[in-house]
Amino acid sequence: MLLKRLTEAYGVSGDEGDIRHILKEELSSSAEEVYTDALGNLFFRKGKGRSAKVMLAAHMDEVGLIVVGFEKSGLLRAHKVGSIDDRVLVSKPVVVGKNKVPGVIGAKAVHLQKPSERKKAIDIDNLYIDLGVRSQDEAEKLVNLGDYVALSTKTREAGENCLIGKAFDDRVGCFLLAELFKEDFALDVTVVFTVQEEIGLRGSGAAAYSVHPDMAIVVEGTSASDVVGTKEAAHATTLGGGPAITLMDASYIAPQKTIDLFVQTAEKLGIPYQFRRSTTSGTDAGKISQTHSGILTGLVSVPCRYIHSPASIVNLDDVQNTLRLLKGVLNVIAEGGISIEAATEKVK
Amino acid sequence: MDIKRFLKDICEAPGVSGYENHVGKVIKAALCQYCDEVRQDKMGNIVFYKKGNGISDRPRILLAAHMDEIGLMVTKIEEGGFLRFTAVGGIDPRTIVGQEVILYGKETLAGVIGAKPPHLTDEEERGKGHKLEDLHIDICLPEERVRKLVAPGDLAIIRRELIELAGNSVAAKALDDRAGIAVLLTCLKELERLQHTADVYAVATVQEEVGVRGAAVATYGIVPDIGIAVDVTHGEMPGVPDHEVSYIGKGPALTLGPNIHPKVGKELVRIAKEYRIPYQLEVTPGATGTDARAIQVTRGGIATGLVSIPLRYMHTSVELLDMDDIKQTGRLLAQFIAAVDRESVEGLSCY
Repeated sequence: MLLKRLTEAYGVSGDEGDIRHILKEELSSSAEEVYTDALGNLFFRKGKGRSAKVMLAAHMDEVGLIVVGFEKSGLLRAHKVGSIDDRVLVSKPVVVGKNKVPGVIGAKAVHLQKPSERKKAIDIDNLYIDLGVRSQDEAEKLVNLGDYVALSTKTREAGENCLIGKAFDDRVGCFLLAELFKEDFALDVTVVFTVQEEIGLRGSGAAAYSVHPDMAIVVEGTSASDVVGTKEAAHATTLGGGPAITLMDASYIAPQKTIDLFVQTAEKLGIPYQFRRSTTSGTDAGKISQTHSGILTGLVSVPCRYIHSPASIVNLDDVQNTLRLLKGVLNVIAEGGISIEAATEKVK
Repeated sequence: MDIKRFLKDICEAPGVSGYENHVGKVIKAALCQYCDEVRQDKMGNIVFYKKGNGISDRPRILLAAHMDEIGLMVTKIEEGGFLRFTAVGGIDPRTIVGQEVILYGKETLAGVIGAKPPHLTDEEERGKGHKLEDLHIDICLPEERVRKLVAPGDLAIIRRELIELAGNSVAAKALDDRAGIAVLLTCLKELERLQHTADVYAVATVQEEVGVRGAAVATYGIVPDIGIAVDVTHGEMPGVPDHEVSYIGKGPALTLGPNIHPKVGKELVRIAKEYRIPYQLEVTPGATGTDARAIQVTRGGIATGLVSIPLRYMHTSVELLDMDDIKQTGRLLAQFIAAVDRESVEGLSCY
């Protein structure tokens, strides 16, 4: 199962090679052109020369850690790559570096902590990566400074049509674009798997610059905070509530045209949908929409509970409904159902 | 049976304090091959009896390692099907956020421990550790199905497969004290090829984590001349003074202090030296937090020893140790047992 394979693979921001590899294997035979750029963004194109040029984007990278130092005992010190709540890190398995050396994230045992320490969150400065070695020498034989550290979780089915796993943000987007790209639309389609989204939307701007599409659609995994103890107004999205359409986030305000495109297509096809009821955090849509002299950009996301943690949850109905919506939307664009031209009005 | 394989099987098996049945079966199947009789007392302690070669009046030696582990128990089903839970034993709530769990309801269910999302918490709140009451278990089911499958009192454990690390290191949940059980197996195997006068009672005890309860009952039933607890102890960590920790990979930590009979303590050290078994000393100024605490004050008093395997990250799902320490601890105990005779145990009450 491609989604399982994509989520179990490791690809911390700056180290997306394994994800690129899987996607190349999966999609190269469906593409007319496959290429990468200087940042590591991965492009697949087909339908070259068709009237509307559409770019679809999802980011390959996930949040993680990077090795910044060694203790004499052989324990590793690490910094966070991307936005992770320090509190989810302790007591988790990880893999370190190219050779995927297994390790665990540990902290001083609770028995050895002073009562005042026990009340505090355990932050990254009090966490160590333990490879099971006994000295710095042994550690340096296995890993290097600057090695990336990824949380390691097997993806498994759970409950009613759900998956538990890591990195659904945004491998679920990668999965959906891979599925879409295997089909044919009457469009000039470039699917871009971007890098370094999690550390400040670093990859997608360059990608949009080189593709220079008439229109772009970004597919994301977004937080579903519909859990006990959270007020409904703060839920952002609801797990199982269908694809979430963004109106505005910290990087981007959606054009009414793309909102209408998603909503009308969902309604026409009877696909459940929801609006993302939060305006926090940025996405590749922000960068892409501001590239060149502006690119018409839409953003749709799959809800994900406990996002940016080693054990997050997506609902497979949401995944399938997002796929149906995206197919519908591409067909509408192909039929000329949305005006992709900038508006020029003669006033005299 | 390969000890690492056995350790993996018992660490991955569930056995929360008071509910040790499942792991008990796995332990029984392996240890019974190396003893003469197996029995289970009313509290659930499993006693593996290995007869000594002495003709009569054989000394009786108890080895105790606890098979229970810390875990979670469902207390309430909240709106939306989210589960509130309490801890069985000493769980640090901060170490279970973002973990997968296995929940034993009417069916075995997969779940996740969730907390209030970080982006909805302010800076000050993020600096505080999670409390148990802030956390919930999410089993990805609608409330009505949750109510059919789960009830208060159901148990859950953190899902963790044993992880093989560099060298002989492993990380797993419940190494405290399944590592001790692996020591019992190592010791019983070792005794197959040694002459020992004493009768050996290797016991997988219950309910250690909730107050060393099983060991007291087991000791009462066995009436040993010597009781030795096999447990884990803290491995060295940055920020912890040297004298409070032991070193992983450097052999069993032998405890000294009032909980330990002075002759038993000394004899363990002597045996380690004689057989060139690496060891380290650990000093505990009062009653230890192990089965030794209960064994010592059972009936009219029992001569007690404590050997421990150094381990990091105690009471988390990534407890880490060196397999070699298990092997050396097993060897030490076997040689200790082989050296015990009637005369030596009689001296234990002479001060």
